[in-house]
Amino acid sequence: MTYPENYRYTKEHEWVSTEGDTGTVGITFHAQSELGDIVYVDLPKVGTKVETGQSFGSVESVKAVSDIYSPVAGEVVAINSLLADAPEKLNEDPHGTAWLVKIKLADPAQVDALLDAAAYQSFITG
Amino acid sequence: MSEPSALLKTPLNAAHRAHGARMVDFGGWDMPVQYTGILDEHNTVRNAVGLFDVSHMGELEVRGPQALSLVNHVSTNNAARLAIGQAHYSGLLYEHGGFADDILVHKVADDHYFLCVNASNQDKDFAHIAAANRWDCTVENSGPKFAQIAVQGPKAAATLQKLTKTDLAAIRYYWFVDGEVSGQWARIAHTGYTGEDGFEIYIAPELAEARWNELLAAGAGFGIKPAGLGARNTLRLEAGMALYGHEIDASISPLEAGLQWIVKMDKGDFLGRAPLEKQKAEGLKRHLIGFEMRGRGIGRDGYEVRVGGAPAGWVTSGGPSPTLNKNIGMCYLPIEKAQPGVAIEVMVRDQPVEAVTVPIPFYKRPK
Repeated sequence: MTYPENYRYTKEHEWVSTEGDTGTVGITFHAQSELGDIVYVDLPKVGTKVETGQSFGSVESVKAVSDIYSPVAGEVVAINSLLADAPEKLNEDPHGTAWLVKIKLADPAQVDALLDAAAYQSFITG
Repeated sequence: MSEPSALLKTPLNAAHRAHGARMVDFGGWDMPVQYTGILDEHNTVRNAVGLFDVSHMGELEVRGPQALSLVNHVSTNNAARLAIGQAHYSGLLYEHGGFADDILVHKVADDHYFLCVNASNQDKDFAHIAAANRWDCTVENSGPKFAQIAVQGPKAAATLQKLTKTDLAAIRYYWFVDGEVSGQWARIAHTGYTGEDGFEIYIAPELAEARWNELLAAGAGFGIKPAGLGARNTLRLEAGMALYGHEIDASISPLEAGLQWIVKMDKGDFLGRAPLEKQKAEGLKRHLIGFEMRGRGIGRDGYEVRVGGAPAGWVTSGGPSPTLNKNIGMCYLPIEKAQPGVAIEVMVRDQPVEAVTVPIPFYKRPK
C-alpha cells in the first residue's frame, strides 16, 4: 500500500490533506486494515469545534469500536455523508472517497508538524 | 501487543499464522480472530462451510462405576437420560445457583462421560468437579489430549464425508460416534456453536494440522474458508447462544438466562438446585431478552440499557448481524420488561439510542 506523499499522518492513524486553510481528515489504510470490516461511522456535526487530540467520532468494525482523534484544531465544515449508508467504503478507499471530515484549520502550519508519508510508514512497520 | 510466546497455543497455531490470520489473546490463548474478514467468514459459514480451530476448548473426562452420579450432581441437565453416543448442553453451577460454566456432556459409555468446557474455565471446572467428587469415579483434565476442529455450514457434512467412512447422515443432531477421519481415530459430534448444521471433531493434537489441511482441500469445491473467533461470535449471537462471561457467569442463574430447558429439577438434588427452587418460588427479577437497534448505533457488550430514561439493565453481547443486516444484541432487563416489543434505549457512548426488544434467537437456519 502506498501512502500519499502530500498527506500528513498521526501515530493514531489519521491522515490530513490540506488545501488553503481547510484540512481533510481520514483514517489510514493501516487503520482500516487493523479494524477489519467497518460497519458504522459516527461523525461530529458541522460546526463542531475540535481540539488537537480530541476524540470527535468513532469507527466501528464488526468486533470493535475505535475513537477518531482530531489531528488538528479547528471547526468542522463538512462531513462525508457517503459513510452513513456505506461505511464499508472506509475499507475500500480510506485515502480517497472515504474521507471523514473537513476542518477549517485554526493554524494551517500545525499540519507541517505531523508525520510525512515515509515517517508514518516506518512507524507502522516498526 | 501481547507477546505470543507467553500465550497458550493450539496445535494449529503455525498453520493460522502461515495462512495470514490475525491473532489475538483470547483468554490467555493465541487464537485467530479472522482470516479474510469477519463478514466474509460469517457469510461463508451461513451459505457454504467454514472451518474453526476450537482446540482451546477444554475436555474433562469422568470415568468409573459411579460416573453418572458425579456428572448429575455437578450439572443441571439430566445425564441419566443420555444414551451411549448422545450429547447434551448443560450447566455447571456453584452452590449459590450461578454459572461456573456451560458445557457439553457426551456419554461415551455407562462408566465414561466426556465433557467439553470453555477454554478459560477448564482448570476451574476441573477443580470444581473434582472437589465435588464423593463417588467411585475419577475426573481427568484431558484438554492436552485433544485438538478440536469445528466444520460448520450447510456443506459441512458433504465436506467431512469425503474424509471418513463413518456415515455422517446416520449421526443425529447432538449425537456423536467414535469413528475415523482420514483413517485415524476421531470423535465426530453432530454439534456446533454457529446456528448452522455441522460437526465438531475431537482428534489427537499431532494430527490436527494434517486434518485441517485435508478439510480445507475437501471443501474447496464448496468454497470452504477458515474462520476465526470473530465470525464464531457473530454466528452464535445471531443464533442466540450464550457465551460465558457475557450472557452467563457466576452472578447469573440458568433461569434468568432463559436456559430453564437445561435444568431438570425432577432428577433429584444437584449443585445449585436450592437457590433455583427459591427463584422459581419467588419469581425471577430479571431475564435475558434480545434487542434490535432502531436508531443509528451499535449496542455493545456492557453498555447500559434504559427504559423510559431510567437505568434498567445492560447489554451482554451486541453487534452487527451480517445475516439479518441489523444491529442486534442481548441484554438483561427487569422481568416485567423482558418481553418482545418493549421500547428501550441503549446508551452508546453516553447517548441514548432507540432499540426494541425482540425474541431470541434472531436467526434460525432453514430446515
